[in-house]
This record gives sequence, C-alpha cells and structure tokens, in this order.
Amino acid sequence: MSIAKAQTKERGGKRAIPGTPVFDGEAAARGYALNRMCYSFNDAANRAQFLEDEDGYCARFELTPEQREAVRNRDVLAMIAAGGNVYYLAKLAGIFGLNVQDVGAQQTGMSVDAFKQMLLDQAED
Amino acid sequence: MAKIVGGILTSHVPAIGGAIARGQQNDPYWKPFFDGFKPVHKWLAAQQPDVAVMFYNDHGLNFFLDKMPTFAVGAADLYRNADEGWGLPVMQAVGGAQALSWHIIEHLVGAEFDITTCQSMLVDHAVMVPIQLCWPGAQPWPVKIVPIVINTVQHPLPSPARCLALGRAVGEALASWQGAERIVVLGTGGLSHQLDGERAGFINADYDRFCLDQIGPNPDAIAKDSALDIVELAGTQGVEVINWIAARGAMGADVRELSRNYHIPISNTAAATMLFETGSSLRAAA
Repeated sequence: MSIAKAQTKERGGKRAIPGTPVFDGEAAARGYALNRMCYSFNDAANRAQFLEDEDGYCARFELTPEQREAVRNRDVLAMIAAGGNVYYLAKLAGIFGLNVQDVGAQQTGMSVDAFKQMLLDQAED
Repeated sequence: MAKIVGGILTSHVPAIGGAIARGQQNDPYWKPFFDGFKPVHKWLAAQQPDVAVMFYNDHGLNFFLDKMPTFAVGAADLYRNADEGWGLPVMQAVGGAQALSWHIIEHLVGAEFDITTCQSMLVDHAVMVPIQLCWPGAQPWPVKIVPIVINTVQHPLPSPARCLALGRAVGEALASWQGAERIVVLGTGGLSHQLDGERAGFINADYDRFCLDQIGPNPDAIAKDSALDIVELAGTQGVEVINWIAARGAMGADVRELSRNYHIPISNTAAATMLFETGSSLRAAA
C-alpha cells in the first residue's frame, strides 16, 4: 500500500517510522537489563520487593544510569529510548496501576481522558 | 481421519479478560465486541471441535529476550497460564494435544521450517482470552490445544509471507493426521493498534478493512508486505496480524466466511473477530 512508502524515512541506514519504536537487535541489546528487570515483575513477590526498595532492586538488575533515571521519572518514552520494550514495560506500569491508556496518554502528551476520547473518535459509524 | 472444521481469528486484548472477569459483556463499551462471538458460539456448539491449533505471540510470559524463537511449537500435554504482572486472573490450565504436536513438528521440520519445540510452556492472554471468548464459562476447557508462537516482539520478525508458508505447512500436517479429532484453527491478536511511542493510539481502519476483506479469499495480498510495512500500516502491535496470516494458511485453500465483527476501540485496539468454514467442512456438507 502506498502509505508505507510516503511516511517512511531512512535514518542511519535503518527504516524510521515516525513516532514508532522498532524494537530491533540494537534496542534489545541496549535495553536488556531494563527489560530483564521488568520480566521479573511477572512474579508478585518481585513486584513487592521493587516497591519496598526500588534503588536496591534496580541495582540488582544492573540498570544503566539512563535506564535508572527513566524508571525514577516514570518516563515511558525515556525507557523506550533506553531500550525498553513496551510488552515488558507494561509489567512495570502495572505495579503503579497504570494501563495502556495511561501509558499512551503520557507518551502523546495528552490527558488520559483526551487519549481515551481520541480512541473513541476513531470509531466508524 | 482428522478434519479441519474451520477457523476463528480474533483480537486477544488483555482488557477483554478483565471485562470477562467483571462480567461486563453487556456493558455499552463491551457489548459491540462480545456480540461478535454469538455466531462463533452457535457454530462451535454445532461443530464440537476437540482440538484448537492456535497461532499467537507471547508477550513476555513464557519467552524472554535471552532466548527468542522466531517460531515455536508447543509439545506438552498441559499448558499453564500464570501471572503476567498487571492483574488478570490466572486461568485454569488447558490440555495439550501432544501427539498431534509432534506430528506437526515432524512435518514442519521435514518441510525445512527450523522451529523451536517446547515441552514446557506457559501460555499468556493471547491464548487464554480467545479460549474464554470461544467457550465462556466452560470448565474444564472443551478443547486441547497445539500452541504455535510467532515472534512479534523483537525485530527482525519473520516475514508475513513466511508466516503464511508456515501456516500452510501446518495445514498439510493436519490434513495428513490419522487421528479422529475435529480441529479448529485459531489466529489471535490485532488488528491495528500501537501502545508505544509518540504515535501510541494509532488505528488504521482502512488497512484493517483491507485485511478483513482479503484474509479469506486472498491472504497473499496481505502477506506480500514486509513486517515493517505492516508496522507502519497497522501499528507496532498491529503487526500481530501475522498470526492471522499463519492461521489462515493452516485452514487450507478453500474457506467460506461465516461471520465478521469489527469494532473501534477496545482498549487501544481496533478489535475484530472472523469465523470461517473450511474446505473439508464444505465438502462434507455438500
């Protein structure tokens, strides 16, 4: 379909889709520690330990300074820039009771209500 | 001889599992989606399949990035669900059609698909939500499964054309299976949605309509695009439509669409459900 060609740009030899992270090998390597920590949150005991001692938990998983800062600031775009993958980051968001509309609102700079309305407004008649 | 009775393609949005747990199927937000399963329930009651071959993607429950197979086939006699970290109730385990799994594995490797085989595998919402949608309230679950996992998490993803070829090879394996089972093929995920980045909330109804119209008669038309083309057209997670493409391949050449439903939004997703009768059913009915 023609839209694909129109929006795509090359960036550093890689295809860049505006506003759209492509979680490739480079990102997966960069984000490994952060994603590994988030994967551990499948276990309720680990979620409790994180809440009890966030610094200690992040240190145990050897987060990079950039990743630690992004987690400290609860900044999803910064976590993605640091190699985070949204499927794993969702488990971190879940600790704070945040769902994918909350996460979407933060990334797009919208209020949660406005983000939800934007989704509803895409409904067809 | 085993018989492929048909195929079901559906979204697997985790929030659907939450709505089921809270009994919200008739709430105004949810009803347009759940109503799409009425024809599926009627058809399943008539067809009584014993086995569901399910194409889906894992979301970080069973597979982590330490070992990420492009294609993985379950070969267990039981698949457990588990805590995914954000509050869905853990569902009852589902039995595995183990002998059929190994038959499929033999056929796939014979056809030069270099798959990963899993004798122990947790199944996430991408399996459990569709099972709850198809067989609401059933305990134990009335089908055994063969789970087939496609990597949609870490690029490079398998090409959509390769997913279609994988599905077609699974279809050949099912056609040659000597068991007496009645088999339904499921593909879960999609349609367009994006959870991450500044484009979060992206939905593309035009592209979804193209997929809904083509997946039955002409799946190659969808599979000709690259995975990155589909990321651009359908969103980072909308690329889960490659699970639909693989499932469509496994249904065999001839299908007839029995029902479809498309609704925006469920959570961040353009949600869809399709039901197909397959060629073997069509011949049996004739």
